[in-house]
Amino acid sequence: MTAIGIDARGASHAFDDAKTRYVPPWRNPWRRPYFLSTITWLYVLWSLVPVLISIQFSFNDSRSRSSWVGFTTDWYVGRDGIQEGASVVDNPELLRALGNSLTLAVATTLIAVPIGTALALGLSRWQSRTSNVANGISLFPLVTPELVLGSALFLVITTLYTGFVGLGKEALILGHVTFSISFILVIVRSRLSSIGTEFETAAQDLGATRMQAIRTVLLPMLVPAIFASGMITFAASLDDFVVSNFLYGDATNITVPVLLYSAVKSAPSPALNALATLLLIGTLAALLLTYLVLRLRRRGDGGSALDDLASVEM
Amino acid sequence: MAVAETTEGQRDRSARFLWPSLAIPGTAWLIVLFVVPFYGIMAVAFSEGYDILGQPIPAWNPFTWNFTVMGDVIQGSLTGLYQTAWLHTFLYSAAAMTICILVGYPVAYYVARLAGRQRGLLLALILAPWWINYLTRMLAWVGLLQQDGYVNDFLGIFGIGNIDWLGGHWYVVVLGLAYGYLPFFIVPLYAYLDRIDQRLIEASRDLGANTFRTFFRVTLPLSRIGLITAVVITALPMFGDYYTNTLVSGSPSTGMIGNSIEQAILSGFSRPQGASLVLLLSAVLLVFMAYYLILIVRSSREAR
Repeated sequence: MTAIGIDARGASHAFDDAKTRYVPPWRNPWRRPYFLSTITWLYVLWSLVPVLISIQFSFNDSRSRSSWVGFTTDWYVGRDGIQEGASVVDNPELLRALGNSLTLAVATTLIAVPIGTALALGLSRWQSRTSNVANGISLFPLVTPELVLGSALFLVITTLYTGFVGLGKEALILGHVTFSISFILVIVRSRLSSIGTEFETAAQDLGATRMQAIRTVLLPMLVPAIFASGMITFAASLDDFVVSNFLYGDATNITVPVLLYSAVKSAPSPALNALATLLLIGTLAALLLTYLVLRLRRRGDGGSALDDLASVEM
Repeated sequence: MAVAETTEGQRDRSARFLWPSLAIPGTAWLIVLFVVPFYGIMAVAFSEGYDILGQPIPAWNPFTWNFTVMGDVIQGSLTGLYQTAWLHTFLYSAAAMTICILVGYPVAYYVARLAGRQRGLLLALILAPWWINYLTRMLAWVGLLQQDGYVNDFLGIFGIGNIDWLGGHWYVVVLGLAYGYLPFFIVPLYAYLDRIDQRLIEASRDLGANTFRTFFRVTLPLSRIGLITAVVITALPMFGDYYTNTLVSGSPSTGMIGNSIEQAILSGFSRPQGASLVLLLSAVLLVFMAYYLILIVRSSREAR
């Protein structure tokens, strides 16, 4: 936006100056920032090319994950391809991990989003000393390192809560919902405060009860924020490693990130790259959907949905 | 009139219960699964003794807390068993953070303020690694850094011999950490730099400051809070990192405190030691956590 304006002005500026006197580059604020753009593009390459190469090797026609032989889809769908039981669809362990990860992410989203949304509604309107305490408790998980949260849940589930829940699927869901509630709270509450209370008041003045006002006026306005927080919960749950690694228990409940971690040392094969690629596709699909919905919402007011995503992540 | 008063009264009464009852499930969840577990770390760290299976008996009653293990762990952190792990944690994190600042600041600055028409594309490209699984990204480097991997192939062109990158080198761990956490550093800094008033920078130039002077006297001071925020957000997970180390080095000679914690808690009979280390790590990170918490509270106040 402004940068384009600067460019146009800069061009004429530099032209005028060229006639009159020499301007060293550091005195000319309108010169093109070649140095910064080079660093930026090098960083983008550095951050993304390794992942692209890793995807490339999921199609490698060899057991090697580091030297390229030729193209094959055997590591995804091969039956008796390179080696029996080696591809993702042929290996029950890999398939189970993929299934576990998806189930966990869906369950986490379905449980965490209602709880987090209700918490956001409650805490944004309920003003008392107790609500301040609740507010503090609800923000703490955001700033707690995952290692601390993971080991705390592990210790308490293996001691105090042994009668109620064991390591495994339930523990994973409990852990993932715990770290999700807080950021759902932050996302939904920031939308709530930008909506304000006027619409609810208006609805009530027109005869709606408080519950009706929430259900028919406030909730529909919150839908984009609830949807975005749901998709981000889904992606975050799919991607989580630290908490899962403490809580998964045994191999039947393993998730994809934990499997990647444990298999890379023991039995690395391009099937792992294939699994990582599938995980990536799942995450990106969730985010793309979020982006499109946010863009639909932002259509008209000129803002950028990408900026929304960037601010949502903080 | 009387009718209106009653509905008004009912509204107030229902409101008194409505908002708290909406907040109760979430708050209860976090008390049971966040506050109690955190207390659980203390109960295990200060545990009373061991049961017949060799597992610690947590001391839920603070009057029975036993501080011997904690004392040993503090002793070990200062002079003994855990000293190198702590040293590695601080040195590697500091080095990786320096790389994050040197690379991340220019990138965030360029994308936020100078990218022009490429801005949308670049923003998508710097957001992408945030959402690519951390382990996928590390796995990618494990492939590249194999003896027969692309990195050695590339260096071979210049006649540099096969290097065993994954054999436990501190610089590979530092680069791994920097690579892993740079996206988490850049995005919050970007969001902050994006909000700096362009007119202030232009004013500095109009008043005769050159590019460097403008940067050091105007832009950098204005972005101080954003820079601190990015450092805090990155430092919190980096200090507790153990997986990067395991994947790109795997050698105990580069072990960080996260590795000691994971080992003590998950694989063995030294849970009180592990829990004590978690408490020490939390104490070290407390300043960062408090800063981040204040920041979130403040930004949600501003939004309100």
